[in-house]
Amino acid sequence: MNEHYTLRVNGTSREVRDSWVGESLLYVLRQRLGLPGTKGACEQGECGSCTVLVDGNAVCSCLVMAATCVDTDITTVEGLGDGHALTDVQQAFVEAGGVQCGFCTPGLIVAVHDLLESNPTPTTTQVKEALSGNICRCTGYGRIFDAVQLVISRRTEATR
Amino acid sequence: MGRERVTVSTPRRLQDALAFRRDNPSALVITGGTDLMVEVNFNRRKPQDVLSLARVDELCRVDTSSTRVRIGAGVPWARMERGELARLLPALAEAARTVGSPQIRQAGTLGGNLGTCSPAGDGLPVLGALDASIVLHSTSGERIVAFRDFMIGPKKNVLGPDELIVAVDIPLTSSWQGYSKVGVRNAMVISVASACASLSTDRRSFTIALGAVGPTIIRCSATEAWLSSLGPNVKESLTSASVRNELGERASKEARPISDHRSTADYRRHAISVIVRRLAERAVNE
Repeated sequence: MNEHYTLRVNGTSREVRDSWVGESLLYVLRQRLGLPGTKGACEQGECGSCTVLVDGNAVCSCLVMAATCVDTDITTVEGLGDGHALTDVQQAFVEAGGVQCGFCTPGLIVAVHDLLESNPTPTTTQVKEALSGNICRCTGYGRIFDAVQLVISRRTEATR
Repeated sequence: MGRERVTVSTPRRLQDALAFRRDNPSALVITGGTDLMVEVNFNRRKPQDVLSLARVDELCRVDTSSTRVRIGAGVPWARMERGELARLLPALAEAARTVGSPQIRQAGTLGGNLGTCSPAGDGLPVLGALDASIVLHSTSGERIVAFRDFMIGPKKNVLGPDELIVAVDIPLTSSWQGYSKVGVRNAMVISVASACASLSTDRRSFTIALGAVGPTIIRCSATEAWLSSLGPNVKESLTSASVRNELGERASKEARPISDHRSTADYRRHAISVIVRRLAERAVNE
């Protein structure tokens, strides 16, 4: 019945054909829909590098069965901006040095967008808690937290 | 040879989900997927038919009265962490905050904890200490099972092949309740030992349930009875440090832990004595 199904990804309807029922959303995004921005590593929800938004909620796409996402709105890191310019979160990661090898970056970018959407002025503890599901083995997190603070201060400045 | 036929059902209405379940009892039931998909990703499970409950709105309801709270099986942990549910059931909120990571808590559900029925399920000691009931539905009607009768072993419960877990019903009878969990770090950790305790409104009972230290969630009935035997007001009894120490020791003796890749039986037993003692301290001081 659902060997073929349609997913709404970054605002566009995408056909998924000849898939196996157990395929994760991560696999379908990367291997079937050509969206490699979402990274895969642990395949068990530990590392957060596969974080995407499903109906506005940040989830690990490796733990979501793709075929069950019919009728949801899926946003990957590719869909956060307009496809040309960086988002303010991405820009802040670049400026603060929050990117080293870059593997964890897409998941962190999605998680930070999700955090600031629900809580525009988080405390340091709330930032750490919100990013506790995203593992980075390069930065030691300091510059990632700096990047988040940069976004918060710029957004606060802009609304003043 | 043709390809194997697989069916994924993502019903919107509970009655459609129940009909699918009746007609496909072997179908894999999935909601958040945070536990099942690990098994699928690592080829430990090969789903054929799948019933996804993620889109069934009736399972995402929370109904509150002055005496009880009914939490739909599809309510994600994130909703228990704050707001009205956290105010009514602070121990459940504390447990919810220890589940995985924010990403896991947006997807994982209390119903999933019950379906998987791992002794390390973070929400389960709360259901044990608070005398929760599990609401099961099938196309032939409703069945309500006390949590202590629902979980019968590690990853074993009494859910029938045609039934679905619909909700958890929790009585509001605590004047204080708390939860504690031991693991190797603060986030993204499967419990090594956990406990929930609740002081009744009339202060005549202090219930204690333990997680990850036995084949099921363990209610410390003997320890609870010992505490009650010390005097009618258990909160008053707990003001004594030596009573709290003995409470922890007795609770740890009721634990039946094993040694595995996450910890040793000895450490788990020790951890229980410490966290139960600390919960008792909180019950007196908060």
